[in-house]
Amino acid sequence: MILRLLKNGIDRKSWIFLGVLFAVTFGVSILNLAPTPGSTLHLSSFVVTVLGKYLTYALLALSVDLVWGYCGVLSLGHAAFFTLGGYAMGMHLMREIGPRGVYGHPILPDFMVFLNWQELPWFWLGFDMFWFAALMVILVPGVLAFVFGWFAFRSRVTGVYLSIITQALTFALMLAFFRNDMGFGGNNGLTDFKDILGFNLQSDGTRVGLLIASAVALAIGFLIARAVVTSKFGKVLIAIRDAESRTRFLGYRAENYKLLVWTLSASMAGVAGALYVPQVGIINPSEFSPANSIEVVIYVALGGRGTLVGAALGGVLVNFAKTIFTGAFPEYWLFFLGGLFVVSTLFMPKGIIGVWGHIANKWRAARARNASSTLQANTLKKGD
Amino acid sequence: MTPKFKSAVAAAALTASVFTAHTALAADTIKVGILHSLSGTMAISETTLKDVMLMLIEDQNKKGGVLGKKLEPVVVDPASNWPLFAEKARELLQVHKVDVVFGNWTSVSRKSVLPVFEELNGILFYPVQYEGEESSKNVFYTGAAPNQQAIPAVDYLMKNEKVERWVLAGTDYVYPRTTNKILETYLKAKGVAADDIMVNYTPFGHSDWQTIVANIKKFGSAGKKTAVVSTINGDANVPFYKELGNQGVKAEDIPVVAFSVGEEELAGLDTRPLVGHLAAWNYFMSIDTPSNDEFIEKWQKFIKDDKRVTNDPMEAHYIGFQMWVKAVENANSTKTDDVLDAIVGVTVPNLTGGYSAMMPNHHITKPVLIGEIQEDGQFETVWRTPGLVAGDAWSDFLPGSKDLIADWRKPLGCGNYNVKANKCGGQGS
Amino acid sequence: MRFIQNNLFGFLLLWGFLFFGLQATSPTLAAEDNLTTHIGTMAAANFTALSKQIEALAATGDPRVVPILEALAKGRLFFRKSDKKVVFATKVKRRYKLSDPLSGDTLGEVKKSKVKKIRVNNKLRRQIRTVLGGLTLLSPDPKVRLKAAEAIFKSGDATALPALEAAIVQELDTDIRAVLRQARAVAVLKSDRPDEDKKAALTILEARGDRDALSVVTAVARTSTGDLKAIADRTVTTIQETLELWNIVQNIWYGLSLGSVLLLAAIGLAITFGVMGVINMAHGEMVMIGAYTTFVVQDIIRTSAPELFDYSLAIALPLAFLVAGGVGVAIERGVIRFLYGRPLETLLATWGVSLVLQQTVRTIFGPTNREVGAPDFMSGAFEIGHLTITYNRLWIIVFSLMVMVALMMLLKYTALGLQMRAVTQNRKMAGAMGIRTNWIDAATFGLGSGLAGIAGVALSQIDNVSPNLGQSYIIDSFMVVVFGGVGNLWGTLVGALTLGIANKFLEPFAGAVLAKVFVLIFIILFIQKRPRGLFALKGRAIES
Repeated sequence: MILRLLKNGIDRKSWIFLGVLFAVTFGVSILNLAPTPGSTLHLSSFVVTVLGKYLTYALLALSVDLVWGYCGVLSLGHAAFFTLGGYAMGMHLMREIGPRGVYGHPILPDFMVFLNWQELPWFWLGFDMFWFAALMVILVPGVLAFVFGWFAFRSRVTGVYLSIITQALTFALMLAFFRNDMGFGGNNGLTDFKDILGFNLQSDGTRVGLLIASAVALAIGFLIARAVVTSKFGKVLIAIRDAESRTRFLGYRAENYKLLVWTLSASMAGVAGALYVPQVGIINPSEFSPANSIEVVIYVALGGRGTLVGAALGGVLVNFAKTIFTGAFPEYWLFFLGGLFVVSTLFMPKGIIGVWGHIANKWRAARARNASSTLQANTLKKGD
Repeated sequence: MTPKFKSAVAAAALTASVFTAHTALAADTIKVGILHSLSGTMAISETTLKDVMLMLIEDQNKKGGVLGKKLEPVVVDPASNWPLFAEKARELLQVHKVDVVFGNWTSVSRKSVLPVFEELNGILFYPVQYEGEESSKNVFYTGAAPNQQAIPAVDYLMKNEKVERWVLAGTDYVYPRTTNKILETYLKAKGVAADDIMVNYTPFGHSDWQTIVANIKKFGSAGKKTAVVSTINGDANVPFYKELGNQGVKAEDIPVVAFSVGEEELAGLDTRPLVGHLAAWNYFMSIDTPSNDEFIEKWQKFIKDDKRVTNDPMEAHYIGFQMWVKAVENANSTKTDDVLDAIVGVTVPNLTGGYSAMMPNHHITKPVLIGEIQEDGQFETVWRTPGLVAGDAWSDFLPGSKDLIADWRKPLGCGNYNVKANKCGGQGS
Repeated sequence: MRFIQNNLFGFLLLWGFLFFGLQATSPTLAAEDNLTTHIGTMAAANFTALSKQIEALAATGDPRVVPILEALAKGRLFFRKSDKKVVFATKVKRRYKLSDPLSGDTLGEVKKSKVKKIRVNNKLRRQIRTVLGGLTLLSPDPKVRLKAAEAIFKSGDATALPALEAAIVQELDTDIRAVLRQARAVAVLKSDRPDEDKKAALTILEARGDRDALSVVTAVARTSTGDLKAIADRTVTTIQETLELWNIVQNIWYGLSLGSVLLLAAIGLAITFGVMGVINMAHGEMVMIGAYTTFVVQDIIRTSAPELFDYSLAIALPLAFLVAGGVGVAIERGVIRFLYGRPLETLLATWGVSLVLQQTVRTIFGPTNREVGAPDFMSGAFEIGHLTITYNRLWIIVFSLMVMVALMMLLKYTALGLQMRAVTQNRKMAGAMGIRTNWIDAATFGLGSGLAGIAGVALSQIDNVSPNLGQSYIIDSFMVVVFGGVGNLWGTLVGALTLGIANKFLEPFAGAVLAKVFVLIFIILFIQKRPRGLFALKGRAIES
């Protein structure tokens, strides 16, 4: 069934999206690896890591869009799932370091050595195996989301209340992870990774590999999300978004639908986090901060809520702007970001994709006007 | 080609141009990267350091620059976001191709950029007192290591104030954890009983100190002279000291010695109830030397505010910058490897009337000063080490690191050499 | 050395006693010379030498020594670099006004670089405190005598016994006599008097029963033997048990205090979120604006009218209300009114506004903390039983309750309040009745923001005034409002106090971080049980 959905789900827009995604990814990869450093064509590994980071944020934005854009659940705590996925990956990378830490302890990570811990806490067991860590990347955020959603959706906590308790969730996790006694490295988090699956994290090849992995993950996430929202299940989600009570009266168990998509979304965020960590080289509790979660929402709002391509695009664009601004006009970055929030909510309720659609429609309408005046009315109607 | 695709290509082209544009510039200046947060929670401390670097660079340019070239500052904003620190470090080194970076404040930000500097072989000067337990080939630690701050302070209290009971209060992160661990071992070695040590950790930005101050008072009523060793970080200090003052914890009864409270932190406080509480640093603004007077005057003129204070990390940047300039001149090159070779042993004047030297472990020698808070928000030096203290990368008081040394000179060239096992690489078991 | 010092101290007490008691005639010429020499040698002395000079000065017993020692302890005693003359110095702008320490003659104004402060450290300050206690034990001013008695209680010297006993006989004020007796008890315990006396002394200290007494008794229990030790141990236990009980009172008090801070931070939100249904993420920044208003007011007062400093908060209150309220109205008119009925979009837009406001403040005032001083009536503490109550916390509790009551009155008894409630309940109907709903929206939002501004004035007394101030309160405020129940001020009150007290009772066991985490988890679970909070409004209007 999923295969069928996948086949039907891919429309022209999606093909363009995937095409551009892979064109850029491969373009950057080749320009990074092939030319000799110093030639004008060469792209530095900075571009590779930054692009890789953008793509993981795009995947995170996609997961937020899935619950917010299609199900009306505004999560202000998706950073929690993202970070948990990141920690799962970080723990694996820490175990990979093995005896190469500064203290040279064969098993314990450096921070445990210096806290005088004698043995690995139980929740670190198993993370030396990649498959286990990969499983945890999906399971930990998924299970947390499931439990949280199970309670919240059943008690019909909706709207703003849900948003606020998701914020409380990520805030509580942040405080807890800040504690050194938790065994996750406290404020410093996990860092100084050496390699992943035996590949040196500091080599260009590995970085390109991670970039491609991020692009693939984004593409898969996109296709899954696409499959979900175009299915009958997706129609029910949209119905819940637009009128939850009515959908309920029609006999749908709204909480189950919400719970399923919520859990799926959390796992997607977890995967995004797992890919983020090896590319930026650190995971620490400040990633849990509520401000991060809110920022992700603005990716979606700017790109276009309820359009998957828009969400991904928003993730890339806002972060691109961040890279530019924090380098060129450091003092104005917050003005820009703040302004973006206001402008996109006030003037672009459908985001960039909406604006683009509007312009495209006008353009089409203008062309149609030349051809036939009778067609014009129809086109405009469609444009609205 | 659809319009959408066109725009995407345009965006990609723009990206590429932004990312590569800088590399095309000719290298007729020497670029100095400044990696301090200008927004977010750390802006409160780090913005000052950015300004001090700009001042030092401007000053050096007035003297004709370095090696006949002008220095060009490159400022970026890592926005108090730790992963962004790593990204910005990479940007500085790869895109802007800077020759040296001055930056970072928090330990976590340093840990975040460390792999980047090692991979790309850059140079980082780190100006803040920190927990030690680290020595990198590419990083120079111009702030104090625990043995340049914590241990002399505790010695002072033991000797001059006859303190027998200790509260180790800190923010829950790596610097206080390590410092307290070192102090605990040290105090126990000095014969302090475990019952006479109370350790307390609070979160960042903790603002309600009522319970903790009450606990300190309670702990202090056991008939022994009690002192608080505070590694409380940044913002949390202001409400902590306000609560201390209001609850009447006087320095004459229970002195508090702090390692993270400097002139900048006191500037946001009414210090009248706090007179006599202590801080241990390697520099105080109140130090009466001609070079310090000149520095303060220059700074206040540069920042156009005659009330702005100076503090220890600013002096650390001052020392680090002079050291780098001297090393570059000695090596007659700004290449990383040449500078690394030339800088060990470089000696420059500090602001406290002496000289600081770069040690083989990439830490520097400094005097340790103990100061008491005055009514005007300044510290008055009440004690200073007779000579200079060399920064110790690996503490002698931690079981994991007591056998480790760092020496980056050839032929050893190792940051964690185990003297017992005679090999590089930690415990080596 | 210690012995000599102690003896000297006792001698000094006696001397002071004689001096005040017998109304001695003016000091002889020789003594005068002596005094001048001692003072003169204080310039450029190191700590050990200075300590000796303090002793010697005190030994003269001259009352003119008192202000000199006080000035020394407070860091107001300087010496001229040119001739090493010791002077009093008061800072006037960037210069120092000098006066002679003995005669009080003014010696003109000089630049900062011309004089040098005579430095003291904690040890010297302690010594000064003690000798001042000895010198002023018989002062005519009862306040000074009480302070002196407390100082001797703290230093507790066996050699002070004769002087203390003499003072006790003379003292008429019962309060001071009680403290003198306690000081004597401490001195007895440290002396070699017979155990019977010491046992009596323990009883006196047991009656005092505070931490200082506990400290002394614990030391006795550690060093003594036999019978006395048993009694001392028992006294320690008794005092500790009493203090344990007081501890519970203290936790409640701290909880109330934290709760009142939460209440202040959340009360404006209870209006904008609770009454209007607007999620104002820039609420914290309104608090920050209020705090910065206080800073600006104090700054102006400091430079132009220092005598008004004690009224600075009173002046800042209305201004903070107006400034924050004004910004609030501007936000409402500029952004929020286009987004009514879309709460989640409002959330995002106001978050954006909050970032802009933060950075604006950072640009104008710089990123560093700004000093907001406490007026005298808000500094210090007093004791009820064994509970230390700090004035600033007390005033904040009082103030938050006053704000709460005023707000309730406003909503209940004024036309504006009536209209607000009407618009909240049914906007269209209210409009049909002739209420200008637009205007009411703006006014309500302005009111909520203004309240946040007022909260900022209060919070500036206990927290940092920095651009990050607002962010640290925003999540807590939302928790309070959601927990208490949206649209109900009583809910906000109960919610804030409950969370405050819960936090403070958890803190001693779990530590500050876990206490907060537990409270957050509790709120998350609580919302599952009662999705509309503690005091939920009922009715269909709520289910939008």
